[in-house]
Amino acid sequence: MSASDSTITVKSGSSFKKWLANSFIAIYNVYKFIARFFKEVFFPPYEFKEVIKQCFDVGVRSFTLITVTGFIVGVIFTKQSRPSLAEFGATSWLPSLVSIAILRALASLVTALIAAGKVGSSIGAELGSMRVTEQIDAMEVSGTKPFKYLVCTRIIATTITLPLLATYTAFVALLGGYLNVAQGEGTSFTTFMQNAFEPITFIDFWATLVKSLIFGFTIGVVGCYQGYNSSRGTEGVGKAANAAVVTAMFLVFIEEVIIVQIFSWLR
Amino acid sequence: MDKAKTTVAHQNAIISIKGLKKSFDDNEVLRGIDLDLYPGENLVVLGRSGTGKSVLIKIISGLLRPDEGEVKVFGKDMTCITEDELQEIRIRIGFSFQNSALYDSMTVRKNLEFPLVRNKKKLSRKEVDTAVETALDAVGLLKAINQMPSELSGGQRKRIGIARTLILNPEVMLYDEPTAGLDPITSIEINNLINEVQERYKTSSIIITHDLTCAKMTGNRIAMLLDGKFERQGSFEEVFNTDDERVKPFYDYNFIK
Repeated sequence: MSASDSTITVKSGSSFKKWLANSFIAIYNVYKFIARFFKEVFFPPYEFKEVIKQCFDVGVRSFTLITVTGFIVGVIFTKQSRPSLAEFGATSWLPSLVSIAILRALASLVTALIAAGKVGSSIGAELGSMRVTEQIDAMEVSGTKPFKYLVCTRIIATTITLPLLATYTAFVALLGGYLNVAQGEGTSFTTFMQNAFEPITFIDFWATLVKSLIFGFTIGVVGCYQGYNSSRGTEGVGKAANAAVVTAMFLVFIEEVIIVQIFSWLR
Repeated sequence: MDKAKTTVAHQNAIISIKGLKKSFDDNEVLRGIDLDLYPGENLVVLGRSGTGKSVLIKIISGLLRPDEGEVKVFGKDMTCITEDELQEIRIRIGFSFQNSALYDSMTVRKNLEFPLVRNKKKLSRKEVDTAVETALDAVGLLKAINQMPSELSGGQRKRIGIARTLILNPEVMLYDEPTAGLDPITSIEINNLINEVQERYKTSSIIITHDLTCAKMTGNRIAMLLDGKFERQGSFEEVFNTDDERVKPFYDYNFIK
């Protein structure tokens, strides 16, 4: 059945009741969407080629922006942290401070926000446009399982690619931090890296990896859900792209808070 | 080419609809429709815009669910059907969309290959190529095989859309406004193509249109959708030989009197 026919909406009643009912229904519809993903993703046919293509697209779309942003984040964070540490004569702690901030929080968060903006909106607009021009319906009536081909592949791609991009962001941001430290304190690359990784534990790497996986899954699900269920018309495509970005960013921040809390308990 | 002269044997209906109702919010579009499609016939569904013609074929293809009524396609009730059964039925039905719905990120070749390789996995590369070329040849657009949909005209897009459905050798064709937005000459070419498809592939078709030239050229039988029901059915002449004020303006406008 098409998305327009399978999702539930409420159109009558007082505005608050309507809002409340539609909120619960939206949550239910998202739950159904995610359940359908898990139901379809493990069974053949597997769209390996399309997954690889989507992984490549996600990586390429975000690569330049992530490189620039990651580098700037590393430089700015180091630069802004220096005066506070200098007050206590503790500028030698800069590498540790920078690496903790980047590896524990900034790398995965910055990557997720950029991916939400670049990839999430792109997925929302692409699928929304396909829905509006009946391309998804055309796939359905020809028995080609568009959910698997369009949705599962994109969610897998964002989930796989985000941890890789976050690792790359961390590397670039640390490089930015190092250049700033080298310029200010004349620290060598080896010393910087030794100091940077000294306070980092195994659980920090896991936390970043798990966070990035969850962020990637969220961005994929939100982008695909908004696009796949977009209403008819060009306005619907714009709304889908916009909602994909806003919702994904909002969820990324909430997930960040929850995951940080969970890993704090584990430490 | 003249209208297909296929003799329609009124045996068991391929598609049988009884008491079909469909509403969107408060708008009751279909109000208890009864319709049968017999093997080998071209059935034209005529009606004004917004009367639910497209909704009807979307229900037949399983894209929409009916609110009430029975829809049997190849003997299977579409209201209580498993996902696998629906897939099987869909492969036997070709759906030509109003705006062609070509996959705009794929070339014409990939557009045609897409449903074929996913539904017939055992085909060799050579068999896939042959099937694509045969389908394109059937619509007279073999030369467009490596073009992108954005490079094609409206008429060409319609033809490629039809070729994409033909590649699975459907038994039933559903045409949604096949001549909408086309100039009169291209429209006539598409009408001829519909008749050629019926003869060559031995399909039965439901053609949704408000173009009476299309209806006259392609239809063995006309069903006129008025106020959510089929009020008039029969040959072109039988349907329009009436003083019904809801039908007369339709004819007068199409053949400007």
